[in-house]
Amino acid sequence: MFALVDCNNFYASCERVFRPDLIGKPIVVLSNNDGCVIARSNETKALNIPMGAPAYQFQEIFTKNNVTVFSTNFALYGDMSSRVMSILSTFCNDIEIYSIDEAFLQYDGFELFSLEDIGKKIKQTIYKSTGIPVSVGFAKTKALAKAANKIAKKFPDKTGGVYIIDTEAKREKALKWLNVEDVWGIGHQHAKRLEYHNVKTAFDFIQMSDAWVKKNMSIIGLRLKRELEGNRTLEIEESKAKKTIATTRSFDKNYTTFDQLKERVMTFSVTCAEKLRKQKCCCNAVMVFVHTNFFREDLPQYSRNIVVKLPYSTNSSIEIARFAAIGLVKIFKAGYQYKKAGVVVMDIVPDMPNQLNIFENSNPKHKDLMKAVDKINRDLGQDKVKLAAQSLDRKWKMKQESRSPRYSTKLSEIILVKA
Amino acid sequence: MTQFGNSKTFDLYSALEGSNLDLPYIESGIMAGFPSPAEDFLDLSIDLNQELIRNPSSTFYARVKGDSMNDAGISDGDLLIIDKSLETTNGKIAVCFIDGEFTVKRIKIEKDCCWLVPANTDFNPIKVTEENDFLIWGIVIYVIKSL
Repeated sequence: MFALVDCNNFYASCERVFRPDLIGKPIVVLSNNDGCVIARSNETKALNIPMGAPAYQFQEIFTKNNVTVFSTNFALYGDMSSRVMSILSTFCNDIEIYSIDEAFLQYDGFELFSLEDIGKKIKQTIYKSTGIPVSVGFAKTKALAKAANKIAKKFPDKTGGVYIIDTEAKREKALKWLNVEDVWGIGHQHAKRLEYHNVKTAFDFIQMSDAWVKKNMSIIGLRLKRELEGNRTLEIEESKAKKTIATTRSFDKNYTTFDQLKERVMTFSVTCAEKLRKQKCCCNAVMVFVHTNFFREDLPQYSRNIVVKLPYSTNSSIEIARFAAIGLVKIFKAGYQYKKAGVVVMDIVPDMPNQLNIFENSNPKHKDLMKAVDKINRDLGQDKVKLAAQSLDRKWKMKQESRSPRYSTKLSEIILVKA
Repeated sequence: MTQFGNSKTFDLYSALEGSNLDLPYIESGIMAGFPSPAEDFLDLSIDLNQELIRNPSSTFYARVKGDSMNDAGISDGDLLIIDKSLETTNGKIAVCFIDGEFTVKRIKIEKDCCWLVPANTDFNPIKVTEENDFLIWGIVIYVIKSL
């Protein structure tokens, strides 16, 4: 059996731990730069404020309904997530941290135990220790555990936040209830196509022939079908390094010149390189993209990306920034107002002695240099040492007008208690 | 393990990974001359994180504002170490959330109600009733004060 443990409205719940006055009240959390809604409490969902709602369009609705608005506070969410995950790992050795707020646990050989009790205990322990509410779904396969979790979350009164699909009847009932677009791994595009074929629920989906599924949704779709049929095809995945690392930001205002964009792209490259070094990896390709503001239909639009294949694998800030700059030169076009840019490092491999390229190689001196830079930046604070191509006086500021304090990671921002 | 003459063996503690306390670190490198005999023992240091914090996942910090707990050794400006995972029992000092704010008080549980008892005669106990918006947020396990 697998369990999927998923935090309920995770970002909103993190905010509530330190703002108990907001329990039972509508909350939204906005994306970077306060762009759009990325998390909602149940009360907000009940107000029909959709996911992705642009903040500026919904300002009035927020005010009218007393919705408390938060900018993202990833220091807080990251810390709360690691607390939840480390508690989960005390319950079960085989754990796959699937995202910031969900994890699969493998419960094989627990036939003599009550999974219901285990689920309840997980839920209680995490809530008591961190204040974060979770839902737990158990089933024979990962895809069904996902479905079980959805049921647990949707019907908290009936399930107590724990639901187990352990019979054929329950499986069928769950699949008939589950909309096909909510099935784990079925994206928006596939859902649209399936709906065209009159497939509305997960149950409808598994009635499609294997051949059709494989043809239209590849082997991945077929595996998913097997999983929903109750045949285990997916296992717990060892925590592995990410396949791509992206650093992208919307700008606080529109940028028009190459130099402005270059400074941003250099900084994003450095951030990506730092992340690579943190997980002891190198990349073999760098993608750079830029685009204008799609919401400004009155302005000329432009959007372009380029993948720069590197001659050798590297995690040096200097080298990645240099290749990103080459990419930017190729895609930059004057005369547009740019709103967003990003750097994505791809084709990530472990940082091991590289295969030598006969003509060109990563500068071996960079390794020690980067080590020193990382240490200085860690000790003295972020970005004390920068590349010259990153502006020195510029303090990149994200628009974060309503970020809550970093209650759990900064001593100067911890809660105040009255005595 | 090194032994000096007949003196007793030294206990060596391994460094806690992920702790924020820096352990002294000496880069040996390749040097000529006599190596420092102390080098083998540099990891004998006290890590307060490890000593004071039993449940890192449920431990949080808070700053005290006010004097109502002075006689319990909790004063204005002190730093509280709070463990959310501990059960509330009679007589424990807890951080509570009552009617919109955090407060630290001693918990006194009676048959059908609960009291928040200050440790300062200038303050009155607070009776918690169903009308209060109330929750016990965590149990105070240590107070750190600057002298």
